[in-house]
Amino acid sequence: MRPFQYIRPKNVKEAVDMVSLEENARFIAGGTNLVDLMKRNIETPDKLVDITHLPLKKIEYHSGTLRIGALALNSDVAEHAIVNSRFPLLAKAIDAGASGQLRNMATVGGNLLQRTRCAYFYDTAFPCNKRQLETGCAAVGGINRMHAIFGLEKNDLEKSCIAVHPSDMCVALAALDAIIITFGPKGERKIPIQDFHRLPGNRPDLDSILEKGELILAVELKSNTFQQHTHYLKIRDRAAYAFAIVSAAVALDVQQDQIRAARVALGGVAHKPWRLFDVEKALAGKPISQNTFRNAAAVSVADAKTFEHNAFKIKLLPNVILEALMNAAGLEPSYD
Amino acid sequence: MAEEFPAENEPALLHENRRLFLKQSVTLAGLALAPTPFFGPAALNVEEIPGGDAENVKLSISVNGVKKSLSIDPRVTLLDLLRERLALTGTKKGCDFGQCGACTVHVDGQRVLSCLSLAVMQQDKKVVTIEGLGKLDQLHPLQEAFIKHDGFQCGYCTPGQLMSAACCIREGKAGSEAEIQEYMSGNLCRCGAYPNIVNAILEVKNSGQKV
Repeated sequence: MRPFQYIRPKNVKEAVDMVSLEENARFIAGGTNLVDLMKRNIETPDKLVDITHLPLKKIEYHSGTLRIGALALNSDVAEHAIVNSRFPLLAKAIDAGASGQLRNMATVGGNLLQRTRCAYFYDTAFPCNKRQLETGCAAVGGINRMHAIFGLEKNDLEKSCIAVHPSDMCVALAALDAIIITFGPKGERKIPIQDFHRLPGNRPDLDSILEKGELILAVELKSNTFQQHTHYLKIRDRAAYAFAIVSAAVALDVQQDQIRAARVALGGVAHKPWRLFDVEKALAGKPISQNTFRNAAAVSVADAKTFEHNAFKIKLLPNVILEALMNAAGLEPSYD
Repeated sequence: MAEEFPAENEPALLHENRRLFLKQSVTLAGLALAPTPFFGPAALNVEEIPGGDAENVKLSISVNGVKKSLSIDPRVTLLDLLRERLALTGTKKGCDFGQCGACTVHVDGQRVLSCLSLAVMQQDKKVVTIEGLGKLDQLHPLQEAFIKHDGFQCGYCTPGQLMSAACCIREGKAGSEAEIQEYMSGNLCRCGAYPNIVNAILEVKNSGQKV
């Protein structure tokens, strides 16, 4: 690991100043990804600004809005009574990610900002546009069964990236239209999660739209009518503790067996958590039934693009969405 | 057990002296090369060494109930602090990248991975390692159960398994075989003692013993 100076700022303003004014300074909280990357010399900060003492840990519910402090631990969120009663999809998604130990360390802000788990990003023997711009992408012609199928159509693959965002929590946040509250050199701003993460384009080094020194303060969720019918389904290579090949966060607002509104978001398929607005439209106004769900799920892969090893996702994905929707609606699937 | 080891043992002091020597050498070398206008008080100030120089940082930490006051390089992980500096080698280094769980310890009562924790960030925290879980003359109930159920072969993952298992029970996530499998999934065992580990945890959980 390269030498760095360790700093413990007194407040948010001081923390933001330290990272925005220094050329190569980074915030650190849980460190579950950053320390890993520093050991591999993929991240080489000169200054590490420890924000874990800042008062950003609270989880509060006021007049229909849940506000989760950026430093709330993943395990604290997943165990929180109001999260479980009003936003169960979030608790389910967090529990599907990482391990007990990692959830005790990882924060909500850090989870939003974790880097991809593409093996070529971590292996410095291979070229990687995300690690070093315009060096090429080893995944395009390499082992790419874990890689993206969405958000690729406009990209120049020589300069871009086909890695996926690894978070489970963010998939639920995307389905629940979370708002990310940040504070940076230009003050506070509220960023809808749809705008927070970027598609790679020609700047795959940038995962989010955060500016230098901009710090996540909290995540807000508005109360919704989805809490009765939600499900998070994660498909992975082993039964637990592995990143998603494909995951689906689904939420249904059902009244008298009619779907009033639906939310469907996916993990493991794109550079960011991927909302399926077309599938949501196909569900709205329909009765809950296996047929409704199957027809809507079939729409999901219309814009997909595949590589040598991940074409199976085209077949897998509609089945994952179907099963997640059946589960959310409390229906037993019948297979013909 | 931790009291057997002095807070400041010899290798650590040697290490510090070497760092100081290097720092002084760098300053002197800088002086020799600096153009005349730069000779002055600023050039003698070690704070002026250009960016990226790691200064040692003071750390107060409690390990197995013993308070330690240390001065450490900020790059040192909690795992390396325990093993290399405090000679508590019960905590194992498996992957060193947060994937295997062998390095699991308790920090303020919560199970965490010591290999991904920077020691300097553990200021005023209470750390418990495998050396603090049971006593040599009176094993922890989980240690007894692991022996009874053959919860290991080579034993390398065992300290991490035990630390993780204690929290798994305390967290209320050891209610069934399936739940234990899920909530112990961060601890890999390449010998494949999983079924026996699950049985050991389930037995301790069902016995209602304090863990």
